[in-house]
Amino acid sequence: MTDLTRLTAAELAAKIHAREVTSVEVTQAHLDRIAEVDDAVHAFLHVDAEGALEAARSVDGDLAEGRQPASPIAGVPLALKDVLTTKGVPTTCGSKTLENWLPPYDSTVTRRLRKAGVVILGKTNMDEFAMGSSTENSAFGPTRNPWDRDRIPGGSGGGSSASLAAFEAPLAIGTDTGGSIRQPASVTGTVGVKPTYGGVSRYGLVAFSSSLDQAGPCARTVTDAALLHEAIAGHDPLDSTSVNVPVPPVVEAARQGATGDLKGVRVGVVTEFAGEGYQPGVQRSFEAAVAQLRELGAEVVEVSCPHFTYALPAYYLIAPSECSSNLARFDAMRYGLRVADDGDHSAEEVMSLTREAGFGAEVKRRIMLGTYALSSGYYDAYYGSAQKVRTLITRDFTAAFEQVDVLVSPTTPTTAFRIGERVDDPLAMYLADLCTIPSNLAGNAAMSVPSGLSEDDGLPVGLQIMAPALADDRLYRVGAAYEVARGPLLDRVPELKGVSA
Amino acid sequence: MTAVADLMDYAEVVERFDPVLGLEVHVELSTDTKMFCGCPNLFGGEPNTHVCPTCLGLPGALPVVNGKAVESAIRIGLALNCEIAEWCRFARKNYFYPDMPKNFQTSQYDEPIAFNGHLDVVLDDGEVVRVDIERAHMEEDTGKSLHVGGATGRIHGAEHSLLDYNRAGVPLIEIVTKPIVGMGARAPEVARAYVTALRDLLRAMDVSDVRMDQGSLRCDANVSLMPKGGSEFGTRTETKNVNSLRSVERAVRYEMTRQAAILAEGGTITQETRHFQEADGSTSPGRTKETAEDYRYFPEPDLVPIAPSRAWVEQLRATIPELPWERRKRIQAEWNLTDEELRDLVNTGAADLVAATVDAGAEPGEARSWWVQYLTQQANAREVELADLPIAPAQVARVIALVNSGELTNKLAREVVQGVLAGEGEPDEVVEKRGLKVVSDDSALLAAVDEALAAQPDVADKIRGGKVQAAGAIVGAVMKATKGQADAKRVRELILERVGA
Ligand SMILES: [Zn+2]
Repeated sequence: MTDLTRLTAAELAAKIHAREVTSVEVTQAHLDRIAEVDDAVHAFLHVDAEGALEAARSVDGDLAEGRQPASPIAGVPLALKDVLTTKGVPTTCGSKTLENWLPPYDSTVTRRLRKAGVVILGKTNMDEFAMGSSTENSAFGPTRNPWDRDRIPGGSGGGSSASLAAFEAPLAIGTDTGGSIRQPASVTGTVGVKPTYGGVSRYGLVAFSSSLDQAGPCARTVTDAALLHEAIAGHDPLDSTSVNVPVPPVVEAARQGATGDLKGVRVGVVTEFAGEGYQPGVQRSFEAAVAQLRELGAEVVEVSCPHFTYALPAYYLIAPSECSSNLARFDAMRYGLRVADDGDHSAEEVMSLTREAGFGAEVKRRIMLGTYALSSGYYDAYYGSAQKVRTLITRDFTAAFEQVDVLVSPTTPTTAFRIGERVDDPLAMYLADLCTIPSNLAGNAAMSVPSGLSEDDGLPVGLQIMAPALADDRLYRVGAAYEVARGPLLDRVPELKGVSA
Repeated sequence: MTAVADLMDYAEVVERFDPVLGLEVHVELSTDTKMFCGCPNLFGGEPNTHVCPTCLGLPGALPVVNGKAVESAIRIGLALNCEIAEWCRFARKNYFYPDMPKNFQTSQYDEPIAFNGHLDVVLDDGEVVRVDIERAHMEEDTGKSLHVGGATGRIHGAEHSLLDYNRAGVPLIEIVTKPIVGMGARAPEVARAYVTALRDLLRAMDVSDVRMDQGSLRCDANVSLMPKGGSEFGTRTETKNVNSLRSVERAVRYEMTRQAAILAEGGTITQETRHFQEADGSTSPGRTKETAEDYRYFPEPDLVPIAPSRAWVEQLRATIPELPWERRKRIQAEWNLTDEELRDLVNTGAADLVAATVDAGAEPGEARSWWVQYLTQQANAREVELADLPIAPAQVARVIALVNSGELTNKLAREVVQGVLAGEGEPDEVVEKRGLKVVSDDSALLAAVDEALAAQPDVADKIRGGKVQAAGAIVGAVMKATKGQADAKRVRELILERVGA
């Protein structure tokens, strides 16, 4: 019998909808796989076996009664990043602060997934409040990269991407503030998409940096990502920053791309994202990918985006500023952790002691950075200047997209680094998001698609594709074409069975 | 406990110092729902029953602007002769307090929706003072804290605190004056007259309940003194908890006498928040602001900017009703009132009510008489403001109409008014329910007259003998028999007719 965990979401959906296999069987296969390997990977913080099987039974019931599937991926299991609220199911954001919090409401993404008949297996590990590039900042221990368990799976959404590479789930949801979907996708050999800002509702996404956060699909193939993208995207009146325009035709674009024809597509190579700091194997993988795009018929030119080099410092002012305000609500008064509640401490002391105990070092570092950057007397120099840089970066993109349809770069300068290697060097850690941050600042769409394994360490490398805001479909056309040309990759992930934690 | 402050005699204060006032008025809008969520905007209710993820500041929840509140804000701005911003944003005001769910207040900072206006205020003697308005901006209210135990009723020293978030997120408009200078001894009166004018204006516009006792209109009074003839403002204090019109005047006056005593001794004023004590009219210090509070304002990233079109603004301008002072000018001319008569009307709070009663069809003299005499007595007996009596001008007009048509006597009319005040419904319903119609059927009256004359033949003889004034006893008997529902004048006529006098 076929190993159901090895199939793509599209294949699983086809089998479930044709009633060759039930959603319950598919779900159980993934729950078994999680039970078997997650001790070694630690992709999940919470597995909701009961809820998943119930959702699967409901899909099977509908199909048995002859109803049309609720969506093209109805019945397919999914791993949800633990930063999106799930009614009555723990949502910790990787933080002690929310360790025992049970949200009373579903995020819009969660609600749309349920409506689409997607089976939520559980909640995936992440850097605390999505702050990090390695998932080492999770209060509940790091996730390991299925390609090499001594290495990081990227972050903040390391759990979601690792669950795909470990065949624990065929689909996952991530959130991307500075690269938290794309960089984990890159280092785990999976696909990750940050949709256009406003393309997917942020309602129920626990905010790190409101003007940058964006939820998006993670999958093992571009087509699967497109199917998931369509299920979660679209206008939401509960999110004022959600755009009220039709969802770009991403599934159609992926189908078109899969034919392998990129004639007439203009591709721009960002010249700023190369040279010092880029691992030779990553650089060569990227060059090979560009050559492949040319072979598929794309017209490739070099494009300069001069302000992209200022993106990282601007990001590390804007994101911490917003986070310092967004995380102020965790004060022990209404929900979450509360310490020193012994009658001897004032409310102010309880607030302060709880925040001291509940937040990890990186979260505290960013709250302090942001508090400082917003202080009167410093605001103009820091937050104000960063906003100006943001405008300049957006202009760079606008100018570039006048010449080309998509931009490409490596997703991240290196392959997965070793667990512990950069924990004491935040600046080195921040560099992992060098290439991904500009798209968050400008709000345009971007994807990471695997470009094979690096010849120097045998680890996955990601190709980043960037498209203008609201032109997410272009990512899927180019990504799908490239994926077909590149050939299979994930069949080379080490077998994890029998490996102990 | 603080010692009782030294106060300077008021006459000396105004001889030696010039007061500078700044008034900040917070108005709760009477919209159906809260500022950023769909919860009902209702005063009171079981604690924590009008709440949802957004107004509780739950992780992941997002705000959506209440369009009706924006409309009210623009209308208020227009009524205050303000410019309306072509583009404005919300900003986050960051500070920690348990009754603020997000630990930031969504407010407006350097981009208010309305700015640069004025309000003409009529003082007790008829003098008109123009108060310049700096700005009117939108924000959300906080929850309510109840600090239990401790001497002060404030959070410091309390044994525990109870929090009710029903009020959290209620739409507020904050109206800030420019510094009010040159008022001399009349500064306290100007402060009261300004808040009164603002209250009357907002009530006429039907945008708020403007109940100072319930906190739907709150005034913070900033007071400072500068040496007579000086131009540099002194250090100011901000007095809060001022919850009646009279208190506004008392608080300003108290602060002037307190600050003057300190300055005269060579002391310095501490910049601080003070609390008004209703019982003795004093102010007491709140927490000293050791350093200026840094609210780390920055643009609210969860909301998009508001750009009211000029066409919309003009549409809203057309909905501003006749303003109270314009109506007063009109009624003075129309009713031929002296300045003094008008002032009496205004000072009893009756002017607008009389005008509205006239608008509803009553004759001005009768309308005035009802409001200034009988209804003012009723308001005094109930210890409420005249306008807060549970009777509407239209209902008073109806009662007057019933008297004029002979269906009610004056005595019966007062009973009808009592019924309306007791919540028994519209005047006609009260007449119906209480059976208060005048007996206008002459045959019924004649029977009663004959009966009374037969019962007192000696009196009947006296009348016949020319002692017409003796008819009073028969009138009294008839009125008693008809339970006061007869028109006494008509009864008298019938008696005289009957005895042939
Ligand atoms: Zn609410």
